[in-house]
Amino acid sequence: MRVVLTAATTVLVAFLALPLVSLLLRISARQLLARLGDPVVLDALRLSLVTSVLATAIVVALGIPAAYVLATRAFRGKRVVEVLIDLPMVLPPTVAGFALLMAFGRMGLAGKALSALGITLPFTTAAVVIAQVFMAAPFFIAPTRAGFAGVDRRLLDAASTLRASEAFTFFRVMLPLAIPSMVAGMAMSAARALGEFGATITFAGNLPGTTQTMPLAVYVALQSDLDGAVVLSVLLLLMSFGLLLGLRSAPAGWFWTRAGAARPGR
Amino acid sequence: MLRVRVASRLGGFSLEVDLEAEDRSVLVLVGESGSGKTTLLRSLAGLLRSDAGMITLGDEVLFDGATGVMVPPESRAIGYVAQDYALFPHLSVFENVAFGLRASGVASGPLHERVDTALRRTGVLDLARRRPHELSGGQQQRVAIARAIVLEPRLLLLDEPLSALDLKTRQGIRGELRRLLAELPCVTVYVTHSPTEAMAFGQRIAVLENGRISQQGSRDDLMRHPRSAYVAAFLGVNFFRGAMVDARGPGEPRIATADGEFAIADPRQESDVALVVHPREIILSRERPTGSARNVFAGTVEEIVPEPPAGEHMRVLLATRPPLVAEVTKESTEALGLAPGQPVFASFKATGVAVIR
Repeated sequence: MRVVLTAATTVLVAFLALPLVSLLLRISARQLLARLGDPVVLDALRLSLVTSVLATAIVVALGIPAAYVLATRAFRGKRVVEVLIDLPMVLPPTVAGFALLMAFGRMGLAGKALSALGITLPFTTAAVVIAQVFMAAPFFIAPTRAGFAGVDRRLLDAASTLRASEAFTFFRVMLPLAIPSMVAGMAMSAARALGEFGATITFAGNLPGTTQTMPLAVYVALQSDLDGAVVLSVLLLLMSFGLLLGLRSAPAGWFWTRAGAARPGR
Repeated sequence: MLRVRVASRLGGFSLEVDLEAEDRSVLVLVGESGSGKTTLLRSLAGLLRSDAGMITLGDEVLFDGATGVMVPPESRAIGYVAQDYALFPHLSVFENVAFGLRASGVASGPLHERVDTALRRTGVLDLARRRPHELSGGQQQRVAIARAIVLEPRLLLLDEPLSALDLKTRQGIRGELRRLLAELPCVTVYVTHSPTEAMAFGQRIAVLENGRISQQGSRDDLMRHPRSAYVAAFLGVNFFRGAMVDARGPGEPRIATADGEFAIADPRQESDVALVVHPREIILSRERPTGSARNVFAGTVEEIVPEPPAGEHMRVLLATRPPLVAEVTKESTEALGLAPGQPVFASFKATGVAVIR
């Protein structure tokens, strides 16, 4: 039994690690640093950071209320809403990008109204953020919802016998206790936004400096400048790895200390 | 003053309760698990909606099934101590106790003063900066009580407040808790499954059986006149049903039960009666007693249980026919050398048998 488990796990880990190691071995630290100043790399890096931070912020801002509603309320059509929120996780990103184009393109449902106001979304940096939000939202909402739903019912009962309104209980009990789950979801959705490719290239295009994020730049570099592709890939790899590792290393108590120190809004 | 008359149906279980409790008093609600104690307590807290009836606290209606009034828990002037205390794990002891005051928008100055006072009263002021997981069970219990009383509730609800504690802690904390509750101006409803706690805390005791109050009254009432075998067994008194043996014949009046006859002091008119023999009326001896006791039963000692709270008495369970429970002092247990399995005589006077309807 033990042999089988060890062997299977080893094979899987090796399979996952091999491509990453191969990538890292292609380039030395010195080469990596030397190419960092490259304008193509720099532009893509800056754009990726700005858009994925923005996208994550939007996902968190809209995702917290949505996750709270899903965790605490029962309503008609809840199942349909749940599926809608989960859908981007399984949808091919190109399909998502195409759907976004149909919605926000010049001739699209929402796009017509927007262009009447003089706003054009496709092939702008805003479109990159929209594509990332669309693809990354479920990765935040699912764990956050589970975090809210997992708060001990008895604590909520205690709060309500202590004169706490729903809002007070939310800020003082629900939110702090769900923070570990929320941070996990945040890291997952930030990593997803950072790596987003298909929806971005379909909906936002591939314009250097405006919509060419790192994954897009890797794709372009692959055709002409293999070393540039390696640099960008390694950077992406290190950022994603750091994001997920940092999340695992933070103990729940650390989050609580923060939450305990924060004063709830009235 | 708390008045409760509610009916609830939960699946196959039905709860129908009618009771009252005065300010500055502790009403103990005692019953086995599944008797509906917690359901009733949650209805009082507003965490559960009853199907019908009315709950009033002073002149405020908390629940009225007829008009649909249902005051939510956060708007009731209650304090609720859950069985497992439900302290907020991410907040310090101070913040746990301050929680309700912050929720009510109490300003920082009075808030600190009131939290400190509550922590001092429950003896946990020095733990203010700790987190719940750093506390012992007894300390957690005190914090939970401080958190409830800091709001100066008009109704304090305690759900098995001692049952999560080990025996030693429980004995220590019981006296303190009793003194604390006696000082509170509010109505206190104390739920327990333990007869010992019921006796220790309740000025009034209501016994809950299968969702119904089978009896309520003062401690003494219940001891002297248990109205059901369940209550008697619960309180550890000897309770039998029987019939008067024809009293026209010679000799003293007697009552026959399924397990034997009892001599009583005064004849009764009714044929169906109940007998109560208080455990303290029973005298134990190793030889057959020669004195004036008219009721003598021979048997063996089954078990000896120290009788809390103080422990100066022992409850002796006897394998006699009928089975009896005697309560004797610790000294006489030792003097008689009582031990399980040992033959013994139990005797009591005819006047020691209380006959109730």
